Parts: sequence; C-alpha cells; structure tokens
Amino acid sequence: MAKDHAGGPEDYEAMIEEVLEAYPVKARKKRAKHLSVSGATEEAPDATTGIASKCDTTKSNIKSIPGVMTIRGCAYAGSKGVVWGPVKDMVHISHGPVGCGQYSWSQRRNYYIGKTGVDSFVTMQFTTDFQEKDIVFGGDKKLAKTIDEINELFPLSNGVTIQSECPIGLIGDDIEAVAREKKKETGKTMVPVRCEGFRGVSQSLGHHIANDAVRDWVFEQPESEAVKAYEPGPYDVNVIGDYNIGGDAWASRILLEEMGLNVVGNWSGDATLAEIERAPKAKLNLIHCYRSMNYICRYMEEKYGIGWMEYNFFGPTQIAASLRAIAKNFDETIQENAEKVIAKYQPLVDEVIAKFRPRLEGKSVMLYVGGLRPRHVVTAYDDLGMVIAGTGYEFGHADDYKRTGHYVKEGTLIYDDVTSYELEKFIEKMRPDLVGSGIKEKYPVQKMGIPFRQMHSWDYSGPYHGYDGFAIFARDMDLAINNPVWGLYGAPWEKPAIAAE
Amino acid sequence: MPQSADKVLDHAPLFQQPEYKEMLAQKKVKFECGHPDELVQEIGDWTKSWEYREKNLAREALTVNPAKACQPLGAVFASQGYEATMPFVHGSQGCVAYYRSHLSRHFKEPSSCVSSSMTEDAAVFGGLVNLVDGLANTKALYDPKMIAVSTTCMAEVIGDDLNSFILQAKEKGSVEATFDVPYAHTPAFVGSHVDGYDNMQKGILSHFWNKAERVESDSINIIPGFDGFAVGNNREIKRMLDEMGVTFTFLSDVSDVYDTPSDGEFRMYAGGTKLEDARAALNARATISLQEWCTPKTMEYIAEKGQQTAALHYPMGIQATDEFLMKVSELTGKPIPDSLKLERGRLVDALADSQAHLHGKTYAIYGDPDFVYAMARFVMEMGGEPVHCLATNGGKKWAKQMEALLASSPFGKQGQVWAGKDLWHMRSLLNTEPVDMLIGNSYGKYLERDTGTPLIRLMFPIFDRHHHHRFPTMGYQGALNVLVKLLDTVFDKLDDDTIVPGETDYSYDLTR
Repeated sequence: MAKDHAGGPEDYEAMIEEVLEAYPVKARKKRAKHLSVSGATEEAPDATTGIASKCDTTKSNIKSIPGVMTIRGCAYAGSKGVVWGPVKDMVHISHGPVGCGQYSWSQRRNYYIGKTGVDSFVTMQFTTDFQEKDIVFGGDKKLAKTIDEINELFPLSNGVTIQSECPIGLIGDDIEAVAREKKKETGKTMVPVRCEGFRGVSQSLGHHIANDAVRDWVFEQPESEAVKAYEPGPYDVNVIGDYNIGGDAWASRILLEEMGLNVVGNWSGDATLAEIERAPKAKLNLIHCYRSMNYICRYMEEKYGIGWMEYNFFGPTQIAASLRAIAKNFDETIQENAEKVIAKYQPLVDEVIAKFRPRLEGKSVMLYVGGLRPRHVVTAYDDLGMVIAGTGYEFGHADDYKRTGHYVKEGTLIYDDVTSYELEKFIEKMRPDLVGSGIKEKYPVQKMGIPFRQMHSWDYSGPYHGYDGFAIFARDMDLAINNPVWGLYGAPWEKPAIAAE
Repeated sequence: MPQSADKVLDHAPLFQQPEYKEMLAQKKVKFECGHPDELVQEIGDWTKSWEYREKNLAREALTVNPAKACQPLGAVFASQGYEATMPFVHGSQGCVAYYRSHLSRHFKEPSSCVSSSMTEDAAVFGGLVNLVDGLANTKALYDPKMIAVSTTCMAEVIGDDLNSFILQAKEKGSVEATFDVPYAHTPAFVGSHVDGYDNMQKGILSHFWNKAERVESDSINIIPGFDGFAVGNNREIKRMLDEMGVTFTFLSDVSDVYDTPSDGEFRMYAGGTKLEDARAALNARATISLQEWCTPKTMEYIAEKGQQTAALHYPMGIQATDEFLMKVSELTGKPIPDSLKLERGRLVDALADSQAHLHGKTYAIYGDPDFVYAMARFVMEMGGEPVHCLATNGGKKWAKQMEALLASSPFGKQGQVWAGKDLWHMRSLLNTEPVDMLIGNSYGKYLERDTGTPLIRLMFPIFDRHHHHRFPTMGYQGALNVLVKLLDTVFDKLDDDTIVPGETDYSYDLTR
C-alpha cells in the first residue's frame, strides 16, 4: 500500500537524523536503533486491513538510556497497576515504601461493581509503608502482620497479593515463605509477586512476572470450591487482557454474550478470584492485550490444551472481523449469531460514521502508547478516515512490531521507547492533527496547539471497545480535534497563530 | 440498543441502561462467586461500628489509604521551582513516571523530570554509570541551567553516594565542573514528601551557600513549602510583599512553571527562582518558611548561616495572615500598608455576613501537617469546630502543636488530633463521630461516598476538579476563596436536602 499522507520515508529518515543530533554520541548510537520508518515487505497483506508493512525497529525491549525522560514505567506498574490491581475481591498490598501505591492509586480506571472496602478493594491503597527499620531488619514480620490485619478488618477479601516494590528484592526478604505460611493459616489464596521496579526494563517484565504468579500461586494450587462447583459448557470462553478501563470489558462482554458465548473469566478488569481460578475450564482464550497476558495463554494452552486467539474490538472493521474469527471456533449457531450481532449494530456503525467521518476525514494521528494500542486502535481511526502518521510502543517487543505491520502503512514513523525529547521534536516537525498518548505527554502537546487524547485512560471517557465504545471513540476524537479552543491560541493583534494553519 | 450517534452515551449513562444492568447482574450471579448479599450488608454495617473503629485504630502494620506520598516527590517539586532546573532522580525509572503523572494530574500542566533508569545490573554494581551517562544526556537534550539530583529508595538501599558520584561525573566530563548539580538523598522509607522537599531545599541552598561569604542585606527570603495551591498562593504572597514594599526572594517558586500559557509553544522551563538570586539569598536578613513541617532542616541550616528565621503554619485565614504580615514587618521594618488593612477588613466583613451559616459547623480535616493546622485555625475563626484533625505524615510534635491550638479556643473543645493515621482510620472516625464537612484532597471522595460527608478539596492532590489551584488560599484574598468554598458546600447541601417537589418544599429558600 502506498503512503497517503504528507511527508515520505525519506523526509522522516532525515528528520530522525536531525533529531538524534542533539544526543551525545553514545546515546545517539543507541537511540538510532529504536527509530525507523515502516517499509515494504514480502508478506501478504492482512486479510482485514489489506495492509502489509515492515515496522521492526532494530531494537526494542531493552534498557532505556539514563537521563532522557523515558515515558516508561516499571515492573511494579506492570504487575500491580495492570495485571493484578483490577482483581476486585482480593487485597493488593503495595509492599515497601508508600509512594508506589500512592501514585498508582485509582489511576487506571479499572471499573468494577462491588462494595468498596467490604467485598471489593480496587480503588484502595494498601501498603506496608516501609520505614527505615523495615529496610534494616527486613519486612517479613511486618508483612505477616499486615496480612493478619487485612483478614481481621476485611474478612470478605478472598485473598491477598503481595506486590513487591524495589527494596524487597534488595534486602533479601522471603515473601514466598510468608505467603505459604499465611495460606496455611487462613486457607485463602496468597500471591507473592516479585515485581520490584528495578527488574527488567519497563512495565513488560512486570506483566510476565504477574502472569507467572497466576500460574504458580493460583493454578498450581489445590482446586478451590469455586472451581469444583463449576460445570463447563461448550460455549465457555475467557477474555484475557481486558482491564475494563472506562468499562471496555463490559462493552465487549455484551457482544460475546449476544453471540451466545459464556464469558467465564474476564482478566482482569472487574474480575473476581473465581474468574481467574475457573479459567482453565473454558474452551477458548480470547486475548485482547497480547503484550501483557500472552504468557499465561501459552501456559494454559500447553497445560490444559486451551487454544487462544488474538482479537481486536476497536472500531467496526476489526470488531466484525474478530466476531467472525471467534465464531469460527464454535458451531453454526454461534456463527449465525455473530452475523446477527454484526447486522444488529450495522445501523449504529453507519450513523456514527456518517456523522463523524466528514469531520475527521484525512486528519493525521500520532500515537505513543503501551500494550496493544499502538496497533490495535489504528483500524478504528481508519474507519473514521483518519491516517496514522506515527506510532510506537513504550514497552513493545519484536513480536509487537511485527504485528504492527498488519495495521500501519508503509512510510509510517515508528518509535520505540521514545524519549520526550524525540516525541516533542517529531510532533513539532510533523504537526499531526491529533496525538494519542499519556498524561505526561498531554499538556506539552496541547501547549503546542495540537489536540490530544490520553489513550491509556481514554482521557476519563470510554469505553472504547465494542460497538457502543466506537461511538464514544468517534465522538471523543471529534471533540478533541474540532474544539474551538485551538483557534484561540494566537492573540489577534499579533501575527497569525500556528493553530490557524 | 441504547447507543446512538445522535446522543452518544459514555460510561456513566451507558452502564445505567437496562441491557448493561442485566448483564452485570447475570455476571455476578453466574461467574463471580461473591459472598451472599446479606453477609456483605452485615459486614458493611459492622465496618461502620465503634467495635470496628477500635480494631481499625489498633492496626500496627497495615496502612490503608494514606494521606502522604514519598520523599522524592517533594524533592522534584522543590527543584522545579528554580530557574531552568531539571530534577534528576537517581534510581528506578518507574518512580519518575509516577511523580510526573501525579504532578501533571493535579496541575493539568507538563511536569519535567528525568531518571537515571537503574535496573538489575545497577542494583548489583551501583548506579555510577547511570549517573555519569544520565547527567550528560540530560544536559545535552534539555539544556538546563541546573540539574537537581535526588534518589529513589532503590539507590538508597544499595547505598549510592551522590556526592562522590556527581564529582566523578564532573571529572568524566558529563557536565562542566562549574555546572550546578545540587543533590539530596531522599529515601522513600523515611518521612514523606514534605521531608523530601526539605532535604532538596537544603541541598540546593547548601550548594550555593556553603563556600560563600554572607554580607547581610535588607532582603528577606520566603520558602513556600510543598503546596498544591502554589500557583495561586505564591503569587498572592508576592503581591502582599510588593504592597509592603519589601525586597524578597522566593526560594523555589513553581507558580510560573505550573502555569504556562497555551500559545503554540511548549515551555519546559518558565519562571522559577533565578539561580543568581538563590545564590544571593544567603545575604538576606531573614528567611520565613510558610510551612514549618516542610522545612525543619532547611531552616536549621539557614539559622546556622546567621540569618533570622521564622516558620509559620501555612498563612491561611485571618490570624495566620496577620501573623505573616506582622512577622514580615518585624523583620524588615516596613509597616503594613492600609491597602492590606482594607483587604483584611473586607474579609472580616464577608465572614460577618456569613457567620450564621458557619457557626457551630463541625469539620474533619486531613492533609499535610501545616495545612491541617491552618485549616483548623481558620475554621475556628469562623465559629466552626474541628472534630478530627488528621495528618498521616504528622508526628508527635505536630500533635502537641495541634492540641495547643485546639485548646486555645472554645471552638476547639471537641477537636481530636490523629497523627500518623490514614484515611481508612478517618472512615471509622466519620462513621462513629460524624461531622458536617470533610476538608482534604481528591482521595477524600471515597469517604464522601461512604459516609455522606460533603468533601471540600483544599489539599494536594486535586485530580477530579479543575483549576482550583490557580486561585490563592493564603492571605486575606485566599481566605475569601476558602470561605466561599465552605459556604457553597453548606448551601449546596441545604438545597440537595430539600430538592424533592411535593415532599420537601420547605427550606428550599431563594434568599439566604
């Protein structure tokens, strides 16, 4: 496919060179391997998007260089913030000093229903609040006592996860021993997670460690009552890697149920421990955020023989393709139902596109997000006539970049673990119509007069998944781009402002 | 199907549609394996009891919903208040992502800060290489005039020595030998963000002052402390000092950093204390800290350098502002001008006009130690009664100060001081000894939901309301803003309680 936006690969390559000039030599050499322009490939075009490009940066998933304002987080953020934090009926202890739990408290918008503080605990901050003496003498006793106090004050909590902060691994605490002892005493699930922030190079290792903790401390334990009581059915599926941000998992579940499928477990937005435990009884794992939960899917495949497939519920083109692909794993009834669901929502899709596409047609977008979104949302923009000028991952691996080639066209700027310096320079030079990234990037970009949407938290909106979510997505892109504020940046008595270009 | 292109429903209305309600009800019954509703109800009621309160207050190890953050956040905030200064946090990189997000979510502004991105190898071998390379990269990319280094708990646990590392980095040419790289060790497992603020301030001032000779001038220094309302407050304090004709230097002033214009240009650095002014601040006659608990070490250091010092508790309200102005007057010899007396009179006039609505109202107040002190004091000036005064990062000395304050007024009679307690303790306190209003930050919204106590957001961080921090809470003008917030809460509650036509037609008064 030919590029269809301003600025060709040559321009972008020259721009990359120019931006890199600011770095000291050692850093420049390293950063050059993370920036590229998507090129041609021999591979066949993707069946849904009709696209094939080569998006690989030379390097990804390696250490960030120091002193450059990387946008990445840490392993703790990947485990507590992403994978475990949304499990609603367990208490997640931020084990260590107070800050990590404080800054991540209630920030992921993992919606859930429950009596917070009584049978649900997602929007609470539990911490061992380490003091100097805990560092010096070790924190295991404090941890044990913390778990005792949780059981006393929150008797309906169905278990505890221990989310390690940096000091835990450095002072030689044995949180696994504490977990085993407390499990024995209380009979409740105890999950120690070695997600200290210095491990690995980003959130990504935290996801992996958190997945491994599901394996070791939930699956590899004696069957719970919830599992024993469950009778599997032929249409049982798990949704894996949907954190119900702004209600995404609900807007997805409604479609799967309309198709006639049973969503046994939703990992991990609005999930209970039982939903985690029962997952191995399902027929198929449907994985949305591949990056954060592919590990446990592979394990379930190997151990329990459950197949897994990636799907994409952003935008009508991908939703319809995904519904059909999911249905293919089941009988004709389900396949017919999938067609009915697609047909049912088609009028909504047509209306949304008729209303918003003319307002968004041809607008260019730059993305910089984590997980699956740098590629998964691309087709939704395409459904609205918008064009991706650049995209990149905070913590993607080579397999993510490979998959990106099914979504973005040749000539797209690709940036891995972009520094705020590079991102700002790229945005300044490319001046896209919209940038989708995180809270740290939002305000600098808006100061430049460029519309912005937070694409981690949906900027306090959402859901964006499913057909209901697509309408919200379209509305939000419209309200971001077409708000009158961008025309007010320049004082009228001065030269025309940038925003009026 | 509830969704339409005409009227797009997002999360709040969408999930209240029958399709979703039914789906979630089914999910609960079929898949969640939750506890029976009666049991949830029973335990929920129990958590509101005196029995639960006693168990809750007896906690020794567990902290739930604390009202404090960790040291480096305060250090980053203090550094950002200096001209073209890049805060550099030595340790794991995730921490910096958190500080930046936290500050941006409150101020709705960019927040710049870098990390030395230490990982496992640095945990084993130390983070020297990270610091050496990091300083060079920061200097090259972001062209700061100063790089202020603090530490995460990782660097502290492995014992990295900033002084030695920075010297080595300079020797290796990361930055020129003369480039300003002040530093502070800011372990997250000691104290809270207010201590990090203190350590960084002391670090920056010692960097500029240690080898300098002091020649006393007429100027005074103001150290504002960690303050979520710094944008409004710093400007208000400066305005009052200008009214008095005082020569002064603000030591760390984020008011322009966290309030840059939208005009097409992103300014990574804006305003802040000029480095030459920070250097010259040694010569000041005196330094006033607006928040004693944010500056104990800094003020001790300044006093050692020969300056007069005074530490206040957040000059908010009438008497606290009076004291601030009188202290400035005492230290500078400048009289308090009539223009400020006029402002004071106008504020008192407003209080008198509204006193009937605030007299006898009861409050729970939480936040940083100096804020809680000031708020309780101001509440009492309005005839209100502080019932629960809580600071997770308040210690025994703070508790004594609070007790003395409460004892100084008949309105403080039922006041209780909760040093080191958290917001889950506060929940028990509100359930067992309810109050009319809760004053705190955005995290208080869960208490508002659980206990029905209206929340007034006057403390960092405020994530879910916009732009309040742009208006001052300090000084007479600030007190007026605070007064209006309290009154609006009282009036909104009166209206909300009597808003059902045909049921509560009384008391829904037009004039109050």
